[in-house]
Amino acid sequence: MDLQNSETLKDTLSQTAEHSGGDNWIMHHIMDGNYLDFTPFGKIYLPHLEIFGLDISITRHVVFLWISAALLIFLMMKVSKAYKNSLVPKGVSNFFEVLIVFVRDEIAKPTIGKGYEKFVPYLLTAFFFILLSNFLGLIPFSATITSNISVTVVLAVSSFLVTQAGGIKKNGVFGYFKGLIPHGVPVFLLPIMFVVELLGLFTKPFALAIRLFANMTAGHIVIYALISLIFVMKSYFIAPVSIGMALFIYLLEVLVALLQAYIFTMLSSLFIGMAVHQDH
Amino acid sequence: MLANILAFSSMYSSEGGGGGLLSVDGGLAFWTVLTFLALVFILKKFAWKPILTALDEREKNIKDSLELAEKSKEESKKLLEENKTNLLKAEEESRKIINEARSFAETMKNQIIEDSKSQAQKIIASASAEIERKKEEAFGELKNQVAEISLQIAEKVIKQNLNTSLNSEVIDKYINELQKN
Repeated sequence: MDLQNSETLKDTLSQTAEHSGGDNWIMHHIMDGNYLDFTPFGKIYLPHLEIFGLDISITRHVVFLWISAALLIFLMMKVSKAYKNSLVPKGVSNFFEVLIVFVRDEIAKPTIGKGYEKFVPYLLTAFFFILLSNFLGLIPFSATITSNISVTVVLAVSSFLVTQAGGIKKNGVFGYFKGLIPHGVPVFLLPIMFVVELLGLFTKPFALAIRLFANMTAGHIVIYALISLIFVMKSYFIAPVSIGMALFIYLLEVLVALLQAYIFTMLSSLFIGMAVHQDH
Repeated sequence: MLANILAFSSMYSSEGGGGGLLSVDGGLAFWTVLTFLALVFILKKFAWKPILTALDEREKNIKDSLELAEKSKEESKKLLEENKTNLLKAEEESRKIINEARSFAETMKNQIIEDSKSQAQKIIASASAEIERKKEEAFGELKNQVAEISLQIAEKVIKQNLNTSLNSEVIDKYINELQKN
């Protein structure tokens, strides 16, 4: 399903590119670059770095990755400091407490069950990092790092690793891989089932990565496409419609930003739960 | 899985300059790994642990407080009940004491009245005896005096009558009589 999604996405992209006269300006906005784009005020070019032949330049997305991480650390430090003074939250802490308790009680607890406490810090980090990055992407002149597949792949891989580590720690290496195959499968099907389940193990994070990436990319592309309608049609009269629709998509993106953070965390938690408690 | 994505993305990465939309950029992935790992560890140590501990503590606090309140309520109810029974008992006790005191006072009163009555009777009796005695004494004295006075009168009368002739005759007669005896 995700594969299909990305294909349609790609079709849309190429079509939009054709319609806008070959100049792929939408892609420039969506994708990474070696400068911070403050058009029409100018651009800030970022340094180029290389290590062992790997290009590790500080790109736009790296900058916003750091901004997101720094902001998250700053916010959470503030929240945790507030608890030192009194156990009763106030203001910002109150808001974040709702989310933290939500992740703990509505995501981790029901899906992982017994022993969920160990995974709560990871899930909280993933949730807030994705949430903050998604929202950060909605601010003008910023970039959405979660609409870059490199970022979502890393997030999905870490979820995958946490899942495997949790499963192996709980059930042992042998027990864990044995537990992958459901009970009551005929013996001659065992090799096939093992392969299928092993594949399933890898499709889960793959789906996680693609889902987050596609969802965060799609909204932005639609907004840009709607705005570009004004220039494609070369008419002022289309502007109110375009802007209205773009605003609607933007509001929808606010919802999607929250929803995708929730879905990513929820599914990660679900996979962890399945790996830790294999008997159901 | 990474290979999967790489293969998948290479199909679409032909367009554009620096790789397509679906190609994984090693540099960014490298920074993301570093940043995300740091984020997980920093937040876990400095944010999630204190926050979750505080939340647990508060939840425990609330639970304990509620339990304590429930227990206190129960206790106060018991105390109230106890107080009520105590009060009832005390009332009964006081009533008993009052009744006892009243009956005691009643008997005391009766006894005092009885005593005083008998005392009065005794006094009356002794008083009347005294009166009787005094009366008798007075009568005795009166008798003596009357006898003395009458004697004196009789003496005077006799002295006067003896001078008369008649009296001399009588006297003579009595003397004769006396001689005859």
